[in-house]
Amino acid sequence: MAQGSPTQSPDRTQATPALRARDGAAARRGDRLFELAAAAAGSTIVIAILLIAIFLLIHAIPSLRANHANFFTSAQFNTTDGNHLAFGIRDLFMVTALSSLCALALAVPVAIGIAVFLTQYAPARLSRFFGALVDLLAAVPSIIFGLWGIFVLAPQLEPFETMLHRHLGWIFLFKAGDVSLAGGGNIFTAGAVLAVMILPIITSVSREVFRQTPTTHIEAAQALGATKWEVVRMTVLPFGRSGAAAASMLGLGRALGETVAILIILRASANAGHWSLFDGGYTFASKIASAASEFSEALPTGAYISAGFVLFVLTFIVNAVARAIVGRVVDR
Amino acid sequence: MLFLSSFAIALIPLAWLLWVVVARGWYAVTQPGWWSHSLRGVLPEQFSGGVYHAVYGTLAQAGVAAMLAVPLGFMTAVYLAEYRSRRLAQFTTFIVDVLAGLPSIVAALFIFSLWIATLGFHQSAFAVSLALVLLMLPVVVRSSEEMLKLVPHELREASYALGVSKWKTIMRIVVPIAMPGIVSGVLLSIARVMGETAPVLVLVGYSRSINFNLFDGNMASLPLLIYTELDNPEHAGFLRVWGAALTLVIVVAAVYLVAAAASRIMARRRR
Repeated sequence: MAQGSPTQSPDRTQATPALRARDGAAARRGDRLFELAAAAAGSTIVIAILLIAIFLLIHAIPSLRANHANFFTSAQFNTTDGNHLAFGIRDLFMVTALSSLCALALAVPVAIGIAVFLTQYAPARLSRFFGALVDLLAAVPSIIFGLWGIFVLAPQLEPFETMLHRHLGWIFLFKAGDVSLAGGGNIFTAGAVLAVMILPIITSVSREVFRQTPTTHIEAAQALGATKWEVVRMTVLPFGRSGAAAASMLGLGRALGETVAILIILRASANAGHWSLFDGGYTFASKIASAASEFSEALPTGAYISAGFVLFVLTFIVNAVARAIVGRVVDR
Repeated sequence: MLFLSSFAIALIPLAWLLWVVVARGWYAVTQPGWWSHSLRGVLPEQFSGGVYHAVYGTLAQAGVAAMLAVPLGFMTAVYLAEYRSRRLAQFTTFIVDVLAGLPSIVAALFIFSLWIATLGFHQSAFAVSLALVLLMLPVVVRSSEEMLKLVPHELREASYALGVSKWKTIMRIVVPIAMPGIVSGVLLSIARVMGETAPVLVLVGYSRSINFNLFDGNMASLPLLIYTELDNPEHAGFLRVWGAALTLVIVVAAVYLVAAAASRIMARRRR
């Protein structure tokens, strides 16, 4: 990497000093302008993130002031009467967290399995092709995942959900929910679809990390007579543990913010949820999207914007932590 | 074996989903007029007309977003790849990563509060494009940056040794070599944002007929048409939902294929 200013190469011929001096000055000016333009583009992105936070806050604060309920602990979201706003994010947070964690629980083991398969087992040539197949999942628009989830997958999941409820109903997660199991549309269905949607990102980041397992570690394990599985267990997985955790967090970030698939799948429920996977309800994102056509008055809209701000902060933290870990792993 | 089966688990949904979309959407997309007519004057229960207005909306919104996002993303990528020692560059790298995880609904809300609630513009396709810019940027930056970093340092050093200035080296030597990869990255980012639904729900109204004006009025797009027709209980609604879903898959796949072809052709021409 040639850093600093390469135009100041000292050993140029001294034959035509006048010409050189002018060239040098012009080139340096060009260089400076170019770097300035590039830096300006870079800072636009930094500024954009700041602006997102600022503008969401500007429009959220008046509504938060006018809020008659506790923003963090209230389960209601009543914005029809602009003069008597009462909204809280408790239920939104619960549904968002449950569906995302459910998605993670389903997706992470599979994604790590795929990453191990692609880096350690599959022939090098096929590995790229297989990896591209998994990445194709990321190319499918989320609204199509939603259609597939509610109309195709949900009916197939229903017997499984009934079974879970019958045998594990004593665990709070599998209690009877506030929407009927028939036809799907509960948090579990949403989580299953989310799991498919976040599979590609978890897989690709884990794949990058597992690929960097030092060859010496693998060879050392092989020299000790380890089988393929033992090599994976003793070298690849321990080496990639933090990377896989970061990959899962990136997946979590995606799951938290997924909008339209959830909006189509999850059915609204009249009651406040009680931490069952068979509840209905709204996530932050789907609540905002569901009300999108009614954004006309400032105060009710601000209620949704404040929910959006919470979502922004949540995903920001999750992504920042994940990137910090990945950055450390990959730079190592 | 365990690992192979986890790979299979990932492919089942992909194949299943594509199969369902093709099987259910095939009838609609093969109807005469599907690709050349809008839904203007078509009754909800009547299956005729097509999605030409929505295809236009999807392509136009993504295209305008690309026009804004590509120059900005490209210059950012140059900054991150060629000036990476700078403090600001390192911080920007981090921010781009965070931006990559920005939920599309938050991008939509931000544009709503900036463009519509603060600056007082009306809902329009252009507002959607602005939100799409935010979603596109990290993809453009990331892919271009990777491509620039792949260019061998020897080429830069050879150029410097000839007394060529840094910015000319970047624009004349480094960028042309990275171009095939950059172009395909841009096209992939377009394919990504074409299926975004959250911004169109918040930032533009649905229209059953064609609207060429990006700055005013309602405009359909494929995701918005799907979402709207979901409320249609008639069989025609079912046909249109899945037809539009297949159309969206076809459009996205077409952009992917163009991306693959473009990078291959450009790479070959250089050789």
